[in-house]
Amino acid sequence: MSTINLVYFSWVRERIGKSEETLELPANVVTVADLLAHLKTLGEQYEAALEHQNVIRAAINQEHVDHGEAIAGAREIALFPPMTGG
Amino acid sequence: MNDAVTVRVQREDFDLAAEVSALSRGRADIGAVVTFSGLCRDEAGALSALELEHYPGMAEAEIERICREAVKRFRLEAAIAIHRFGKIMPGENIVLVVTASSHRQAAFDGAGFIMDFLKTSAPFWKKEHRADGSAGGWVSAKDADDTARDRWSQND
Repeated sequence: MSTINLVYFSWVRERIGKSEETLELPANVVTVADLLAHLKTLGEQYEAALEHQNVIRAAINQEHVDHGEAIAGAREIALFPPMTGG
Repeated sequence: MNDAVTVRVQREDFDLAAEVSALSRGRADIGAVVTFSGLCRDEAGALSALELEHYPGMAEAEIERICREAVKRFRLEAAIAIHRFGKIMPGENIVLVVTASSHRQAAFDGAGFIMDFLKTSAPFWKKEHRADGSAGGWVSAKDADDTARDRWSQND
């Protein structure tokens, strides 16, 4: 088990119903894709937020990463939709 | 080169003229200044406001990374990027980019580069508030923005 801080933004935050949380992750959660799959087992809100998994963007320690990125050593993982600033 | 880049993420408005004069004051090496400001549209009266959400910390870091890349790539003398968050009314400013260089093409290109990358990689999201009081949705990312960004790699 490892402890990870998760932060959510925009409609990912709204659908999950919270802006941040700390979770214990099972050892078989190795990559961002594993994390998304694991979160979807935690309830309907997570399923709704992460339904279109390919659309979800991730950042580890505030840097953009692909879904294949390993999460070992991450202090903070953020999940959010494609950006629409500017 | 560290002072060449100024990045601010703030709730408050900014003053385009004040930023430009602060940038160019006392300098004889700058031959061109380009400014871009993005404003909130009312979408033909349908929109009453935009709510800008951002990822504190990462937003500043990501814009700074983009500006430093632009300074290096186009040999800019200076770059400023200011992005607002919170509730923004139609007609109000959202974003400002100022680039300064010896010659105009670098300043134009630098400003375009910063905006194209800012739109696709700086962590900001826009939610619409509708004038008729109905629930507005989150603005969707546009493929055209990715296309605009990708043209910079085709030129390498």
